Amino acid sequence: MMEINELKKKAIEIRKETLEMIYNAKTGHTGSDLSCTDILVALYYEVMNIDPKNPEMINRDQYIQSKGHAAEVLWTVLANKGFFEKAELKKFSQYGSRLIGHPNNKVAGVEMNTGSLGHGLSVSVGIALAGKMNGDNFHIYTLMGDGELAEGSIWEGAMAAANFGLDNLTAIIDRNGLQITGASEDVMKMESLKDKWIAFGWEVQEIDGNNMEILVDTLRKPNKTGIPKMIIAHTIKGKGISFIENKANWHHKVPTEDEMMTALSELNQQLEELKNV
Amino acid sequence: MSKKNTIANRQAMCEVLIEEAKENSDVIVLTSDSRGSASLAKFADQLPAQLIEVGIAEQNLVSISAGMAHMGKRPFAASPACFLSMRSIEQIKVDVAYSNKNVKLVGISGGISYGALGMTHHSLQDFAVTRAIPNLQVLVPADRHETKKMFKVLATTNIPAYIRLGRNPVEDCYPDDSYEFEIGKAITMTDGTDLVFIAAGETVRQAMDASLLLKKKGISAKVLNLHSLKPFDELAVKKAARETGRVISVEEHSIYGGLGAAVAESLSEEKGIVHKIVGLPDEALVTGTTIELFKHYGMDGASLAELGKKMVE
Ligand SMILES: Cc1ncc(C[n+]2csc(CCOP(=O)(O)OP(=O)(O)O)c2C)c(N)n1
Repeated sequence: MMEINELKKKAIEIRKETLEMIYNAKTGHTGSDLSCTDILVALYYEVMNIDPKNPEMINRDQYIQSKGHAAEVLWTVLANKGFFEKAELKKFSQYGSRLIGHPNNKVAGVEMNTGSLGHGLSVSVGIALAGKMNGDNFHIYTLMGDGELAEGSIWEGAMAAANFGLDNLTAIIDRNGLQITGASEDVMKMESLKDKWIAFGWEVQEIDGNNMEILVDTLRKPNKTGIPKMIIAHTIKGKGISFIENKANWHHKVPTEDEMMTALSELNQQLEELKNV
Repeated sequence: MSKKNTIANRQAMCEVLIEEAKENSDVIVLTSDSRGSASLAKFADQLPAQLIEVGIAEQNLVSISAGMAHMGKRPFAASPACFLSMRSIEQIKVDVAYSNKNVKLVGISGGISYGALGMTHHSLQDFAVTRAIPNLQVLVPADRHETKKMFKVLATTNIPAYIRLGRNPVEDCYPDDSYEFEIGKAITMTDGTDLVFIAAGETVRQAMDASLLLKKKGISAKVLNLHSLKPFDELAVKKAARETGRVISVEEHSIYGGLGAAVAESLSEEKGIVHKIVGLPDEALVTGTTIELFKHYGMDGASLAELGKKMVE
């Protein structure tokens, strides 16, 4: 178990490396990555039972990233956990590389290929259902974007998860309030989100999705028997870098050299502050 | 060759749609969090009342468009080709083509334009699946001039259509837009007698480059632009094949079911013709940009010229 302060530091390191990767490759979903970095760190460093040396371990917990476009942060986390060499991150998006702009299960640690939004929840229902049939003892976590919820397939999955009583399933909505075009609530109204999921038969928790302590706490709590769990994680898109935070146009913008310097110095500053805790 | 073109086909489309929508308030654009990718932000700014945003919901996008067409609107539904042609294909088959509703389905960033974003974002099956749906035209413009001409026609036709556009600017194939364009009529870009390249969309420019390279080697290669995969100009294909005896079809699509298949179908009763299908193989592609992949899979001008030379020798 890692201390909360260590997890927070880890999240900042991951943010730095993710940005470097995007900056090198001149492509990536900067805002989308930074928004869910804390969620991935909580899952991979604290909550999930996984073994990078044995990626197909029986009864491992599984993670499905339905918002596949935030691949850069996933690659960074997987490399840091030791699923592959960190040096490979430099090849992200390059000719011939297996590290592409979406999760790709040619790489150990990735369970399912994603990138087309609205698939992850139903796929997770299938995994959870098979787990139940086998009597397996693992948990599955699925991360979705909030704009993604406009896909009808999400609601088919929502219905099915409750119908099958999948208490081995936790879904997380990265509720950063933005998508490509602008504010998600302007693009397609979805409030009250909590009421919708409750009506679909889920147990719903609404939390600050950039708060490590709360994240770990909420993710660790077991599901109620026979009920899938939804965590509506209120996050900041672009979290951690002042000029990227809450800006729709940073969805897939790449920092310039100057922006990169400022971003890194802001993150270093945050690291310093945590060292003094 | 002319100066490097910086205007993408999708931008050319936006200009035409703005003009047409100003003239006719029934012209409606629908997007699925895709107005930026479709270069339609300008349309949204100038004609907000004629743009409907449905969020990330491609199936909804197509069915809503069909409903609006039923009411006499002229909807242009624009979404990445990969999602539009796969996710929403049943809505396209049933609500648009079968119910005969005049929806123009604009697949943006088609083929391998999304490069390193991978298989989820490539649309390499769209010709195959849309071509097999009755009452649906399948169109793919070669450059910005052809895009302009095509959308001007589409603004007034009453037939459902799927139009695939690439993401990045392509080098001009036409000097300007002062030429005859008709849906279903292939265009001879370069005349030639030794072989014919049959191309569509972004491969037209590559085929033209190949023809130029071959000319220097004394080989005369015709280039035929099949901007309409459906209706398909069988006559033009047969004529070019008979005249040259050697056919190379080249498409930014799976080698199965697309342009090459359509050419082979047209030539199935012809005698003495060699036909080589060039396109993306039936496997997960290597990672790369459009031009890296064109080179990798022998679809760029130089590789095509090489292939043409071998065929003639
Ligand atoms: C089916 C599908 N449609 C469209 C896209 C293109 N796309 C990629 S990311 C994105 C916006 C996602 O917004 P949101 O779900 O809110 O995630 P965020 O990046 O804000 O966390 C879109 C439309 C896609 N990947 N898949």
